[in-house]
Amino acid sequence: MLRVDIEKQLGEFSLHASFASEGRAIGLFGASGAGKTSLVNMIAGLLRPDRGTIVIDGETVDDTAAGIHVPAWRRRIGYVFQDARLFPHLNVAQNLDYGRRMNRLPPDASQHKRIVHLLDIGALLDRRPGKLSGGERQRVALGRALLSKPRLLLLDEPLGALDEGRKLEILPYLVRLRDEANVPMVYVSHDAAELRQLATQIVMLKQGRVTSFGGVKVLT
Amino acid sequence: MSDISPAEWTAILLSLRVAIIATLVATPFGIALAWLLARRDFWGKSLLDAVVHLPLVLPPVVTGYLLLLTFGRRGLVGGFLADHLGIVFSFRWTGAALACGVMAFPLLVRPMRLSIEAIDRRLEQAAETLGAAPWKVFFTVTLPLALPGVLAGMVLGFAKAIGEFGATITFVSNIPGETQTISSAIYSLIQTPDGDAAAGRLVIVSIVLALGALIAAEWFARRATARLHGN
Repeated sequence: MLRVDIEKQLGEFSLHASFASEGRAIGLFGASGAGKTSLVNMIAGLLRPDRGTIVIDGETVDDTAAGIHVPAWRRRIGYVFQDARLFPHLNVAQNLDYGRRMNRLPPDASQHKRIVHLLDIGALLDRRPGKLSGGERQRVALGRALLSKPRLLLLDEPLGALDEGRKLEILPYLVRLRDEANVPMVYVSHDAAELRQLATQIVMLKQGRVTSFGGVKVLT
Repeated sequence: MSDISPAEWTAILLSLRVAIIATLVATPFGIALAWLLARRDFWGKSLLDAVVHLPLVLPPVVTGYLLLLTFGRRGLVGGFLADHLGIVFSFRWTGAALACGVMAFPLLVRPMRLSIEAIDRRLEQAAETLGAAPWKVFFTVTLPLALPGVLAGMVLGFAKAIGEFGATITFVSNIPGETQTISSAIYSLIQTPDGDAAAGRLVIVSIVLALGALIAAEWFARRATARLHGN
């Protein structure tokens, strides 16, 4: 599903990560500053590795030796950022529709309905992002990423900006997403409890290196 | 105001036409340049920035004279355009529009550039991950978010263009019905005995136009900002 073997120098910090996983929910675990976001940005194509390869679903999207770098917009990945990043000039319905329009996909009413229902955002469709709570914004961002029909979903601390109450509000949606949406995901977090609930496989990152890899039990 | 003479109307309508065309033609260039200055680093960037601002600080008569040398019938660019495309600037209203466009350009670009600089680039990254090619990101995210600045720049540029005098009269002279804008009409009238009343009327017209443009710029900016932040 996902194969990563990259090197990247970012100022003083050097990232050297290598793993391969067929897992449906890969948990990327590490303290802040361990290089999690840089790694995810490289999988997304927003950052270019200095050396190495990234293979998503059998397609090589980065191979520095062969001069391959597929730009982010052609990777068909979904990316949910910690800060949602909804488009402020579009309402919720238009935000949800954005990826489908950009990828020139035909409207898919049943998928739209299913995801709106799954994330419980039907009542928000006419609203502007400015009028949403943090939790609502994150659910819309999830829906927006899913509706672009990605082959891999990247979630970078999607609960990081929320307080405890809100986290508990969103977590069940993420579990449902993992079980029902049929999209493999990479879930980034520094919270072991979160990952125990969501991930099926763990990649542990420490100071830019993969220190352990395996089932959820590596977290203990 | 009802006793505005046909000659004065001609000058008013010509000014409007010149300023509107100057603004509309300058806007795409202004947006492109604003984006370039806001988002790209390249060799000679500060020089380009300085050249764009030059008309703001040069004596207008110098800008007009340089335009005459470049875009006049025997000028390097003017000769080429006249011979190959049939576009003539010298002593035509199109030349007035060119002069006004050049003079208004720095004022037009500045708000556009500031509003592009203010956009959160992470929104553009988000658009990219959703499958938007760079040009689509520009038209669906960058430009709509920069809209308040684009409109403010257009209105400000228009206000400057409609009041331009020095470069215009140097480049295309002061021909009634062809290149005589409100400003050059006022200039002629105050040098004519008994021209005071007519000059006064045109002065009022230009104050009304300038004030209207400033109020419109403010209104556009506020509306667009409200559109961008919340409901």
